[in-house]
Amino acid sequence: MQPRHHPTTLGSVQSGLLAAVAIAAAATLSAEEAWKNPSLDKFPTAAVNTTGLAVGDDWVTVGQLHSVTGTMAISETGSVEAERLAIKQINDLGGVLGRKIKIIQEDGASDWPTFAEKAKKLLVRDKVSAVFGCWTSASRKAVLPVFEKENGMLYYPTFYEGLEASKNVIYTGQEATQQIIWGLNWVHKEKGAKTFFLIGSDYIWPRTSNKIARIHIEKHLQGCKVVGEEYYPLGHTNFNSLINKVKLAKPDVIYSVVVGGSNVSWYKQLKAAGITGASLEKNKQTLLTISTTEDEIRGIGGENVEGFYACMKYFQCLPNENNQKFVAAFKDMYKDKYGDKPVIGDVTQAAYLGPWLWKLTVEKCGSFDIDKIAAASPDVEFKEAPEGYVKIHKNHHLWSKARMGKMRADGQFDLVAESPELIEPNPFPEGYK
Amino acid sequence: MLAKTSVLLALMLFAGYSYDELKAVFIMQGFAGFSLFSVFLLMALGLTIIFGQMKVINMAHGEFLTIGAYTTVLLSQLTEGYAPKLMAFYFPVAVLAAFAVAFIVGWIAELAIINRLYKRPLDTLLATWGLSMILQESFRQIFGARETSAVMPEWLMGSWVPSEGVDIPINGMFLLSTSVVMTVVVYLMMYRSRWGLRVRATVLNRDMAGAVGINTKKTDRMTFALGCGFAGIAGAAFTTIGSVSPSAGSLYIVDTFMVVVFGGAGSLIGTILAAFGIAQSQSILEFFLDGVLAKVFVLCAVVIILMIRPQGLIASKIRK
Repeated sequence: MQPRHHPTTLGSVQSGLLAAVAIAAAATLSAEEAWKNPSLDKFPTAAVNTTGLAVGDDWVTVGQLHSVTGTMAISETGSVEAERLAIKQINDLGGVLGRKIKIIQEDGASDWPTFAEKAKKLLVRDKVSAVFGCWTSASRKAVLPVFEKENGMLYYPTFYEGLEASKNVIYTGQEATQQIIWGLNWVHKEKGAKTFFLIGSDYIWPRTSNKIARIHIEKHLQGCKVVGEEYYPLGHTNFNSLINKVKLAKPDVIYSVVVGGSNVSWYKQLKAAGITGASLEKNKQTLLTISTTEDEIRGIGGENVEGFYACMKYFQCLPNENNQKFVAAFKDMYKDKYGDKPVIGDVTQAAYLGPWLWKLTVEKCGSFDIDKIAAASPDVEFKEAPEGYVKIHKNHHLWSKARMGKMRADGQFDLVAESPELIEPNPFPEGYK
Repeated sequence: MLAKTSVLLALMLFAGYSYDELKAVFIMQGFAGFSLFSVFLLMALGLTIIFGQMKVINMAHGEFLTIGAYTTVLLSQLTEGYAPKLMAFYFPVAVLAAFAVAFIVGWIAELAIINRLYKRPLDTLLATWGLSMILQESFRQIFGARETSAVMPEWLMGSWVPSEGVDIPINGMFLLSTSVVMTVVVYLMMYRSRWGLRVRATVLNRDMAGAVGINTKKTDRMTFALGCGFAGIAGAAFTTIGSVSPSAGSLYIVDTFMVVVFGGAGSLIGTILAAFGIAQSQSILEFFLDGVLAKVFVLCAVVIILMIRPQGLIASKIRK
């Protein structure tokens, strides 16, 4: 099951096409073919593309590499949709350096070696100028050597554990410290929290996040301590024993880094055990998560999570004008699929940033060459970002704000607080290792 | 030595708590074990019939669970959309519908695939694995890749509070009673009905059963479909505690086979004992250690016991 893609990059047109595919594609492309680059004189192809990428006079090709099948399709679907929305908007505005963007989509199929293989295909055979893709850290780790060897550019959308920085990757999600530290400070200061129970799914991101959280709690928060730290296998569905332990420990904060399908069981069983937003409030306790977004809540059911808190950089409810436009555009593009109730989570927004940041960087350096983009990326600003304003740091992560949201029964959040300043990304935090 | 350390650990763990608190937690923890037991039992009941009796290694068993779960989700959405007043009552109907849908799909699967493979048991493994992938991708096409869950009627959520500090989850009690009812039904059908007699006769000696006038093909089809139907009920029941996604079935399949094989394939009592043993030890270990370690210890114990007793806890007495 390979997704079909338009074999219309200049490189592959020249190298010859299967006639049947060309005919099939011709019908849908005739309208697009009419596009002529208005700024070709200013940006001749030979000048903007010196390394043999699939860039034509009127077209530029990018890759999209997410799982649309397999277990991760649940999470990655939103990213695929947001990236396509951004690319459509960029094309409607006249493309990048006058060149309209064509997408070659590949399916990572929730399988890490497949990700590596498809990444190689996109870079070596399709010669794409940029790839928007990956979701789990495992898939990013699998494609990283390919991107570094073949010199490609990856825009990676997920909040992740940090401890990585590559010339060939732009990380549009938060690294761990950006998401964790401000949130812990907030709950300590605003809720007077002293004791924390850390809970996570058993793999690298939750474990690293909890490690950072524990160090911060023990070393930087006055009089605070961790009263429990527990991990459960991915996909675990029975949390009753854990819930009893939490009840016994009576922590001020239940800090949850449970991911994926386990989320649903975890919250449903919390509710069944009498732990709800209201009951916690009564006991002066807080449930704080860094892994549950609007996307997950749709599966969990808002009534099961009402009154819990999440620390993210983006919520669909953000009142700023950029976000209103973004949500409206998303709704409009996918109204056949979701009606008037689309759900946009933190990562979906971060995925939306990718194509825009790439466009801005290309226009800044006037070239599609990977080396020039990597060098020009630092300090690129995207003022129309739905989350407000973002800027690329020289370590290729984003400066962004942290925000605290309180979950509502309708599956959305109420914005409770946000960091006053942009938080500097620090993927290798000193003293947190 | 080990006992001493664990007692010491327990004492350390419980220091500083009042008697009432500890009592409450012990009651809830005991119930946690029972609710995990009912999950395992529900998963395994369908498979004891299909794998235990018919010897079909049904790798698609988890997907029949998922079919039941999706049926429930669909009905909950329909009820919410068209008759929100009936929300309190839809669930029992959904359980029956889950049985019916899984039963029908199972019937078709037997007709199309399984019945050609009774003489080649290992090939059924491959064929049903393929079937499971086909079903998973179909779910993805029909229901979308995202995780969903059924909206529960109010009476199923929340907890029953018999005394201060003790919260017994209502969905857990529901699971427990469903598993008890289903176990009784399976027992009556297998050991107290004409149909059960025919199934056991066919399994023991297919040719002889045919010779005395049992329609073995019909029996097989019925048996397989019923096993799938039971999986459907289990799937519907699981929507009370978890979510549904296209690949949810693969989460359950390992535990399901573990329970059935550990219990001694084909023995209902063995399955119950295995489900109880695995669930309680996992639940207790989770409480004293943590989730990952509990799983490791339980799996190790199962491996060791199966090495000593390859036929499982209760061996069915078949002359080979």
